[in-house]
Amino acid sequence: METIILFAPLVGAIIGGFGWRYIGETAAQYVTTGLLFLACLLSWIVFLTHGPETQHIHILDFIQSGALDTSWGIRLDRLTSIMLIVVTSVSALVHLYSFGYMAHDDHFGEDQNYKARFFAYLSFFTFAMLMLVTSDNLVQMFFGWEGVGVASYLLIGFYYKKPSAGAAAIKAFVVNRVGDFGFALGIFGLFMLTDSIQFDVIFAAAPALAETSVHFLWTEWNAANLLAFLLFIGAMGKSAQLFLHTWLPDAMEGPTPVSALIHAATMVTAGVFLVCRMSPLMEYAPEATAFITFLGATTAFVAATIGLVQNDIKRVIAYSTMSQLGYMFVAAGVGVYSVAMFHLFTHAFFKAMLFLGAGSVIHGMHHEQDMRNYGGLRKKLPYTFWAMMIGTLAITGVGIPLTHIGFAGFLSKDAVIESAYAGTAGGYAFWMLVIAALFTSFYSWRLMFLTFYGKARGDQHTHDHAHESPKVMLVPLGVLSLGAVFAGMLWYEAFFGHNVNKFFGIAGGDHHVEASHDDGHGDDHAKDDHAAADASHGDDHATDSHGDDHAMAKVASGDAPQGAIFMHPSNHVMHDAHDVPKWVKVSPFIAMLIGFIMALWFYIWDPSMPRKVAETQRPLYLFLLNKWYFDEIFDFLFVRPANWVGRFLWKRGDGDVIDGSINGVAMGIIPFFTKLAGRAQSGYIFTYAFTMVIGIVVLITWMTLSGGAH
Amino acid sequence: MTIAALAFYLFAICVIAGGLFTVVSKNPVHSVLWLILSFISSAGLFVLLGAEFVAMLLIIVYVGAVAVLFLFVVMMLDVDFAQLKAGMAQYLPIAILIGVVLLMQFGLAFGAWEEAEQAQSLRAAVAPEGVDNTSALGLIIYDQYFLLFQLAGLILLVAMIGAIVLTIRHRRDIKRQNVLTQMWRDPAASMEMKDIKPGQGL
Amino acid sequence: MISADLNIILPEIILAIYAMVALVGAVYTGKDALASLLTWLTAAVFVVVAAWIGISGAGTNVAFNGMFNDDGFARFAKVTILLSAAAVLVMGQEYMSRRGILRFEYPVLIVLAVVGMMVMVSAGDLMALYMGLELQSLALYVIASLRRDSVKSTEAGMKYFVLGALSSGLLLYGSSLVYGFAGTTQFSGIIQVAGEGHTTLGLLFGLTFVVSGLAFKVSAVPFHMWTPDVYEGAPTPITAFFATAPKVAAMALFARVVHDAFGGVVGDWQQIVALLSLLSMYLGAVAAIGQRDIKRLMAYSSIAHMGYALMGLAAGTEMGVKSMLIYMAIYVATNIGTFAFILSMERDGQPVTDIQSLNNYSKREPGKAIAVLILMFSLAGVPPFIGFFGKLEVLRAAYDAGLAWLAIAGVIASVIGAYYYLRIVFFMYFGDEDAEGLDKSRSPVLYGFLMASAAVMFFGLINLFGIEGPATLAAASLVN
Repeated sequence: METIILFAPLVGAIIGGFGWRYIGETAAQYVTTGLLFLACLLSWIVFLTHGPETQHIHILDFIQSGALDTSWGIRLDRLTSIMLIVVTSVSALVHLYSFGYMAHDDHFGEDQNYKARFFAYLSFFTFAMLMLVTSDNLVQMFFGWEGVGVASYLLIGFYYKKPSAGAAAIKAFVVNRVGDFGFALGIFGLFMLTDSIQFDVIFAAAPALAETSVHFLWTEWNAANLLAFLLFIGAMGKSAQLFLHTWLPDAMEGPTPVSALIHAATMVTAGVFLVCRMSPLMEYAPEATAFITFLGATTAFVAATIGLVQNDIKRVIAYSTMSQLGYMFVAAGVGVYSVAMFHLFTHAFFKAMLFLGAGSVIHGMHHEQDMRNYGGLRKKLPYTFWAMMIGTLAITGVGIPLTHIGFAGFLSKDAVIESAYAGTAGGYAFWMLVIAALFTSFYSWRLMFLTFYGKARGDQHTHDHAHESPKVMLVPLGVLSLGAVFAGMLWYEAFFGHNVNKFFGIAGGDHHVEASHDDGHGDDHAKDDHAAADASHGDDHATDSHGDDHAMAKVASGDAPQGAIFMHPSNHVMHDAHDVPKWVKVSPFIAMLIGFIMALWFYIWDPSMPRKVAETQRPLYLFLLNKWYFDEIFDFLFVRPANWVGRFLWKRGDGDVIDGSINGVAMGIIPFFTKLAGRAQSGYIFTYAFTMVIGIVVLITWMTLSGGAH
Repeated sequence: MTIAALAFYLFAICVIAGGLFTVVSKNPVHSVLWLILSFISSAGLFVLLGAEFVAMLLIIVYVGAVAVLFLFVVMMLDVDFAQLKAGMAQYLPIAILIGVVLLMQFGLAFGAWEEAEQAQSLRAAVAPEGVDNTSALGLIIYDQYFLLFQLAGLILLVAMIGAIVLTIRHRRDIKRQNVLTQMWRDPAASMEMKDIKPGQGL
Repeated sequence: MISADLNIILPEIILAIYAMVALVGAVYTGKDALASLLTWLTAAVFVVVAAWIGISGAGTNVAFNGMFNDDGFARFAKVTILLSAAAVLVMGQEYMSRRGILRFEYPVLIVLAVVGMMVMVSAGDLMALYMGLELQSLALYVIASLRRDSVKSTEAGMKYFVLGALSSGLLLYGSSLVYGFAGTTQFSGIIQVAGEGHTTLGLLFGLTFVVSGLAFKVSAVPFHMWTPDVYEGAPTPITAFFATAPKVAAMALFARVVHDAFGGVVGDWQQIVALLSLLSMYLGAVAAIGQRDIKRLMAYSSIAHMGYALMGLAAGTEMGVKSMLIYMAIYVATNIGTFAFILSMERDGQPVTDIQSLNNYSKREPGKAIAVLILMFSLAGVPPFIGFFGKLEVLRAAYDAGLAWLAIAGVIASVIGAYYYLRIVFFMYFGDEDAEGLDKSRSPVLYGFLMASAAVMFFGLINLFGIEGPATLAAASLVN
């Protein structure tokens, strides 16, 4: 079944990509979409039926050389099954949505067939992503990692006639290569030190790695820290964290369904997934995780500030995605991997929905993307409006404070913020996230107000013809909105409550879960509004001390820790996160309210306010509008020097030196010798004989001088 | 210095001088004569070695046949050796240089000549005791070196075929003398007597 | 003893007797009218003898006190020589008879040359070596100038003869130096005394001279100067013969001398052979670029190929000999096809050898053009044709023997050399549209050889027609 999930999209991609000439474009769309829904259905079955235990499914042998064994295989555990449903659900819905979105496209002529290609790319992407999340070893993961990179490149540049789309595709590809370089170095380093790329072996060796030091770049490093850091560089690239984030906003050049699937729900979360997957290593790399926390928090803040002033509807959501990814990294960085996965999970639903909703608006507005030209669309696009409203409520984190009732974002984001407070003792990361939450609320509501409220702005004609999207686009919105509303409440216990150990199959948890069941707390019913954190206080303590001995024994015996994620026995952040003060728990809600009221003030009560603020705070406004000048700085620091070096190597190195020498040899020196040889062939016997004599003299002189072999 | 040694050096010098002048002399006929001198001197060396048969063979075959043939050929062919030599003259300095180098090398090699320890025992055709020259040669050539002898014969056969192939010409446009036809010519068959009356004609 | 000895050289005896019977018989009967028949008959005899040698016993037999060796190595070389000689005879028959130069002495001389070659590859003694060599060479000198009315042909024969005599002189001088050191001319004796202790300068000189004499026969640089002139001057079928059987024989003889007689001092000759190899590869590659005449071009091509074969020899190992044998067999197979094509190059009934005449050939005769393309690619060493595998074997042998520099140099030389092979292909496929073309070929024999050779180039990649096994055995019997 898992194999079918994995390969159904590949089959779809092959049939759709190569076979559409024989079966027709429409049939290709149906085949790819049908196979994706099949994969989706099976994924849910796997998710619901497969327990927390880890299962290895061997598919195919690949390279086996010495200690290197890169078999294709599936590592099926809770982490994988979560990712499976996220990827296949969003992908299936995006396939469906694309039926409507891609039905007509002005970028292509009447006679051009682009739909089958688009669907094939989507399916190929899904396959690569599944390869990534199901991998049993680092090489397969790298394969998937690069596969999604390729798919992303192809899809960002889907409108290949637009120069900006091509440039964005290249930018995404190149920036990701920087991250991949770190990732590859990390894989090499792990293989060098552990002699294996299998996760189990690496996890088992993690404690030993923490004791090892390794020489890299002229200094000694702690092996675990270095490797965790290198892997995180890969994650930074893929998940658009600060300094390697510049490609994500530009990637919005791709069709909107692509943004929803790749640049919101799945591919960009691969970095978070990687950190969670490598949790047994991360737990032994305190400096690296501190860096992850710091960078995640900074990214969340920076992206949110930029999002405040952007006018392109998709860019706003893109910066919002980047910001939310920062949240996930903070959660992972402080060691609460389940919460990172929780936010990833809920975020996938509401962010995919926001994108698809934005796509619906764009579709309805004839590919107009500037929010300043929207306004008053509530009536014209009623279903889209409600879907976007649910998405906004979810992302801003609306819910009832101090309970577990609320939209998906409320539960997961609050869990992240509480973990951040607990993990950093109320430090930098916490405050950054709270401020980012405020900004999130502001820009999300700003988006809503600019788009759906107020007066219609921009081209009157466009507004007159604005229309609601077809059913095939609205159905995915509806399905996703269910997820955006309920995903948080349904699985709160599993990801952040006291069922985490059971849910993720963490060793030593069984005992505790049994106890919880007896206490009546183990009921993972989502509507349980009991303050689980307080109640399970004592139990958690017991678990921790219990797990302590257990885990130590494991490491000593060299086994990989059980479970999909690993939390070091000394890692109490999860537990502490439940004990944070009340004001901490309420703070994101307050921030959300402030942001909401600000947005209300700026865009409903007094629409002239934004202009005034922008004029009085002009430098700040420009600073934000230009995205902190990252692109300009990078252009100056890297792009231009690289261009210069490249041009130099091309013109001087390749053109003059290599071509010059080859051409010189081929056209100058060799013909010269050819002429010489021709002239030596005089036709006179005595010349020939003379040559022979000279030859023999040279030979025997050489013999005399060298004395033979001795 | 014994007489034998004196004779050896005399002959040896003659061989080398003969060889040298064969190459350098301007008149080709002189060259052949120098060659004959060097053959005869070699024969003398063979005599000194006690190989009288080979010595005589050398004189009979090389001097008597080969050299004389050379002489004929040289005299019959109209080759302007002076012109050929002029072409080579421009290479003379470098040729001399190379010759000197070569000689120095050989000097080096022969100055420190040493033979292998088992060389004496490995010799194949040691002159047997109590057998005269001719029989010893016969034993070697027809018995021990039977194969080589036959091969030498084949080589001569090839040389003969080659000489014929390259020189024989079947020209149809010239008259040839056929002795047999001439001899068997019957006057009766070839001649008819006619009695012609005066004034009638044929 | 003598009857056992004769038994061992029976193939050579039979061929020699055949030659004499044929000669005398033809003289007394039809003379040149019998030449065509005699040519085919000779080819048939070659094939039969080759088959006989091929299936006759294994192991090593020594005859005439070690003067004649009949071992796996000799048998491998003999079969190659006989088959290639037979192929060349058959190929050239029509060409020569149409030009009135098919004399009945031609097949007879070829038989005698082949006997010489068979003696060469079996030689166990410097004297036997020399006898075989002269028997072969003399016959070749004659057939080189077989076309008496052509100045070029006679000049070719003359040059070949004079320079050949010089090389024989070198060889003999070297042999005498070796004899002076070892006291014997037998290989088994030489290896016995040369293999121990330090090598004296005299022996080194002897070795150098012997190697130089042999290098002349394989036309290795700088003893190659005769090759282009002789190839160009001699009638094409005879050029084809020069390019095949004598090269195999000389190369085999080379291998036999350096291994059987000087196998103990590999280091001494290795550097000479490596140098010859290097020079040959480069000169062959560079000088051929300037050639317009396809026969001259093939001459330089053969020089370059001899360079590669010498590289295998320079390795001084069993693998090296094996690779050399395989290389030579492939080289011969390729050259037979190529010369079959050159023989068929005619315009208005007259032979043409200018490569410009190939302009646009692919349009006229696509089948033959593709065959020539395959042959050229194989000569240039382009995979998947077997020429590539031959080179690969040789390079590997050289590399394994620590001659990595030579292997690298060989690769570079083959890149240079690819130019002129590809130029022929270029002319055929992208040449001038208006150029005057060649006649349509009339000879089914030549067509058959061309196609068969091209097929061998391609299908040989499967397992080189199993040639590797015999070559391995042959090499093992030589190097021990």
